[in-house]
Amino acid sequence: MAQDIAIIGVGTTGFRATTPDLSYRELTYEAAKKAYLDAGVEPKEIGAFVATSEDFCEGYSIADEYAPDQLGAVLKPIYTVSGDFIHSMASGVMMLKSGLYDLVVVQGLSKASNMVTKPYLTDFALDPIYNRPLKELSDYIAGMEMNRYLYETGTTREQCAQVVVKNKRNAMTNPLAGHGCELNLDYVLDSPMVSYPLSELDISPYSDGAVVIVMATADTALALSDKPIWVRGIGWNSDTPGLETRDWGRAVYAEMAADMAYKMAGIRSPRSEIDFVEISDEFSYKELQHLEALRLCSPGEAGYLTVEGATELTGDLPVNPSGGCLGVGCLLECTGGQKVLDVVLQLRGEAGKNQLQDVTTGLAMSWRGLPTTTGAVAILSN
Amino acid sequence: MIDEGRPMMISPEAVLKTTTKIKLNDIQSGKVLSVHDKPNLKYAWDNGVAIGRYLAELKNGKIIGKRCNSCKRVLVPPRLFCELCWRPTDDWEYVQDTGTILTFVVSHVNWDASRVKKGQRYHTPAVIELDGAGKDQGILHLIDEIEPYDIKIGMRVKAVWKEPEERIGAITDIKYFKVIE
Repeated sequence: MAQDIAIIGVGTTGFRATTPDLSYRELTYEAAKKAYLDAGVEPKEIGAFVATSEDFCEGYSIADEYAPDQLGAVLKPIYTVSGDFIHSMASGVMMLKSGLYDLVVVQGLSKASNMVTKPYLTDFALDPIYNRPLKELSDYIAGMEMNRYLYETGTTREQCAQVVVKNKRNAMTNPLAGHGCELNLDYVLDSPMVSYPLSELDISPYSDGAVVIVMATADTALALSDKPIWVRGIGWNSDTPGLETRDWGRAVYAEMAADMAYKMAGIRSPRSEIDFVEISDEFSYKELQHLEALRLCSPGEAGYLTVEGATELTGDLPVNPSGGCLGVGCLLECTGGQKVLDVVLQLRGEAGKNQLQDVTTGLAMSWRGLPTTTGAVAILSN
Repeated sequence: MIDEGRPMMISPEAVLKTTTKIKLNDIQSGKVLSVHDKPNLKYAWDNGVAIGRYLAELKNGKIIGKRCNSCKRVLVPPRLFCELCWRPTDDWEYVQDTGTILTFVVSHVNWDASRVKKGQRYHTPAVIELDGAGKDQGILHLIDEIEPYDIKIGMRVKAVWKEPEERIGAITDIKYFKVIE
């Protein structure tokens, strides 16, 4: 019998551009300790653990073997998902729904600052035979996607730049965020061009940080927590990875992942049933493209909503109230972790100065970043 | 010592011989095309609080651990948390640079998987339980100044350090361990 699942504990280190003071083990330990305290559980009570890592991002091969110690998962059931945090969460949801365990922990970590040659890592993800030999900085993939997205929807560079202004401003009042600032539209538009139409400030910077959450089946959640956040739906999807065959204008992976999550959550009219979203904005246009893919507005409408202020903290569809990747920083495979964390904090009423009023349902969505066509969605309610 | 790039472990000829009718010449002549590339990936890992102190103390010629008052182990290398008790560790503690061999091998192959040549010494990495540190666990290092096949589990050993001015704050600040009894 399928069970309802809730998040009963969250912990994080916060997100900073560099963390030279702490090792990756120490970062995860801090987040885990806080999550277990928040949930009121000891690691020995937890049934299973799901970590998230990608060897090339960690700089270790078989990096998943290093996951147990800092989570309290030594000699416990644990495995690592090489995807985004929300994929790991989906794995945990399946374990709980199947009745295998009552408590499952999910972990995500970014030590992006330790990657000295980041652009080459994305380059090395391209097909070695027919893409990589062209030797172009891999940001061009985002530029080409942006160009096609703007072309198909009539969205403008100015509308994309407004996303940057909004998210970096939101991050100013989020103490967990590392890249907040007050910018005006012209400053963003005039920032150095990278791959036209993509400019430097359209690209989110990287951050370090860890997120750990504790999920539980309904009975356990209600026994342990007075503020469980229910996982109503979860979905994930991947388009063809080929640069030759993918859809350059639409984020079809996000549409499909969202449909899966909406169906599970019984959501038929996303715009009226979702109060706010934390979605992937690793590039400014991605926020708009994803917003449309999630069917929260029509194609070409997201840019107008942004300029009108509908996606601001005070708007009727707040988008990335935390500051998103542009304001918090891109967290590699922990990106979805930050999204889920901030949705939980909002639904608990613990989002501080960025707290939204009367929110009951939020959506977290991640994209695995360049050059992928993979996304995952989680829908949470209080 | 390890300072050269690691050459290809298996020759292309050997692979071709066992797996396919394609001849090496077919590839070299361009009859069968292939693409070669290697990653340009570099990392600078943050040591953090515990390992940062460990390395700094190695530079001082000392080995430091961190005690867990719950399980009574002194963890070397030190950690901010005990992975078994899952609690923050307590006091920093210096341990001895002497210890006991828990296990070892006599390795007839080099780091690059080539065979140790006649006249060269076999490699003898070991796990060494340090005096003052947790029981039945130890640090990984090398044994030297003894014939490889004379090494026995349970032998007592002591660190042979680099000269102070040569130390950089690395596990290789200890050159190797030598048998003392």
